[in-house]
Amino acid sequence: MYNIANNIISSLGFTTDENFNAVKQGLSGIKYYEAGVFDLPEPFMAALIDKERLNEAFAKTSSKTNYTTLEKASILSIFTANEEANIDLSSEKTIFIISTTKGNIDLLNTQYSIPNTQIYLWHTAELLTNFFKNPNSPIVISNACISGAAAQIVAMRELKSGCYDHAVVVGVDFLSKFIISGFQSFKALSPELCRPFDKNRCGLNLGEGVATIIYAEGDKGVKDIKGVRLLAGAVRNDATHISAPSRTGEGSNRALKSILQYIQPLTSNSSPLTSQIAFINAHGTATPYNDAMEMNAIVRAGLEHIPVNSLKSYFGHTLGAAGLLETIISMRALNEGLILKTLGFEENEPITMNEEQFTLHICKENRVTDKRCFIKMMSGFGGVNATLLFEQ
Amino acid sequence: MAHITKHIKLSFKNSVEISDFYRSLKMEYPKFFKMDGLSKLGFLASELIFEDDENRFVPREDIAVLCFNRSSSLDIDTQYQATIANNENYFPSPSLFVYTLPNIVAGEIAIRNKFFGETFFYICKLFDAKQIIKTLKNTFLDKNITTILAAWIEHFEEKKEVFMILVENSNDDMEIMEEQLMKLYNS
Repeated sequence: MYNIANNIISSLGFTTDENFNAVKQGLSGIKYYEAGVFDLPEPFMAALIDKERLNEAFAKTSSKTNYTTLEKASILSIFTANEEANIDLSSEKTIFIISTTKGNIDLLNTQYSIPNTQIYLWHTAELLTNFFKNPNSPIVISNACISGAAAQIVAMRELKSGCYDHAVVVGVDFLSKFIISGFQSFKALSPELCRPFDKNRCGLNLGEGVATIIYAEGDKGVKDIKGVRLLAGAVRNDATHISAPSRTGEGSNRALKSILQYIQPLTSNSSPLTSQIAFINAHGTATPYNDAMEMNAIVRAGLEHIPVNSLKSYFGHTLGAAGLLETIISMRALNEGLILKTLGFEENEPITMNEEQFTLHICKENRVTDKRCFIKMMSGFGGVNATLLFEQ
Repeated sequence: MAHITKHIKLSFKNSVEISDFYRSLKMEYPKFFKMDGLSKLGFLASELIFEDDENRFVPREDIAVLCFNRSSSLDIDTQYQATIANNENYFPSPSLFVYTLPNIVAGEIAIRNKFFGETFFYICKLFDAKQIIKTLKNTFLDKNITTILAAWIEHFEEKKEVFMILVENSNDDMEIMEEQLMKLYNS
């Protein structure tokens, strides 16, 4: 399954190019917001999308105005991605897959008793298929923070089943009092720019994002010789706790091992199986538990020699969009032969396993690579973990 | 291709009935009372599905837990919203917030039964047998998966119901038919 076009709308820009260039320059969309923003009683750090710019850009796409911010941004992202892919979105051979954790949940704030159907996640999805006149029932994945990775696995299976030629996979979440207060209650938020994998990391920053990838079965629509395809994906559960990750990285490690099965056929007998992996783009939220868990999972899978990065300090944790957004940035990095640095990371935290000490390679500066694969990792509440393996 | 080996349907009028049903099972799982409605329903149905399983609690990775519903976690979402709506009476609670993700029920079932395989939550407008069967077939495309525990779980407003099936992948030609699934769901 090949990526034929994509789009990102985030705090760092409204196109994939704009976003990727900002990351390459080491810019972050995360800012400080005073108490009172979103009616929150406490201040917070987050990466928010420019709503004025969103409204202006959306007005060029459609004259309709009765959409929520989340709906407008999703439509704009799909529209922009398809300007490049130019597939028939209204075809019965195109399936829409939507990844979101909370959708239009902020409507609860204004209309306390369930107002209308607009708050339902299936409604958001249906609105998108209606807008683009797609005749199929859209698939909606709400699988906590791995939703965006899980949605790509679903897309791969849908295309493999032969029912569809194209999958439009869109991940979206916007911030609200509902979401930010919840993460504050967990004491999961960092009061400063987050520091993924750093020894002194102290929590995450949230972010808003929409990201779309249009996938095609086979390489027909691939215009670029550098087309990236999703080779394999896995979801595994920790079976330990609903809100804390397994300390040993149980599910994440199992998900890694599952995709490593697919690497063997790619490489010649003489080279180590994993020698073609340029980097692992981890979940890397910068909470003490998540990052330690991922380091354990990576070492247990025997991948400790592969460079690891996290994009959370550029975009914040964009929830249902994260799996797609971070995949797109990583695909672009692979295309350009780059391993992106982890902004905010300064000092390594060695981990000990079986009385042996390991230190992962977390990049402080952008580096070049000539390898042609990368791994994407995600984890979330409910004990869920996902891994994806991409090849160029 | 695959066949349904077990199925269960439970519906309740209110949360008292759900707790009474738990007590009637005479089991010790105090975590039950911390769960949200979706998790309670999923948990109870899975207990009935696996109660006679000789190999129960042996860790396994070859089973997928797939949950579906219409209203996501809106039941607990509205409860959580009530704790933050007013800044004069502001008490957001992590134990409530964690359940504002629908997929937690799949995690609860995984923890109870030591299932390390995939867990998914899909949102659908209505109970759609066609879409569920398509999802089952697609999930079995992953050869690591031999068994699927699939559930339609709704816990919102007047609706408190769970319909759960256990599906085994097999080499026979048996196909799960839409009519069969609809019949079981409506029974």
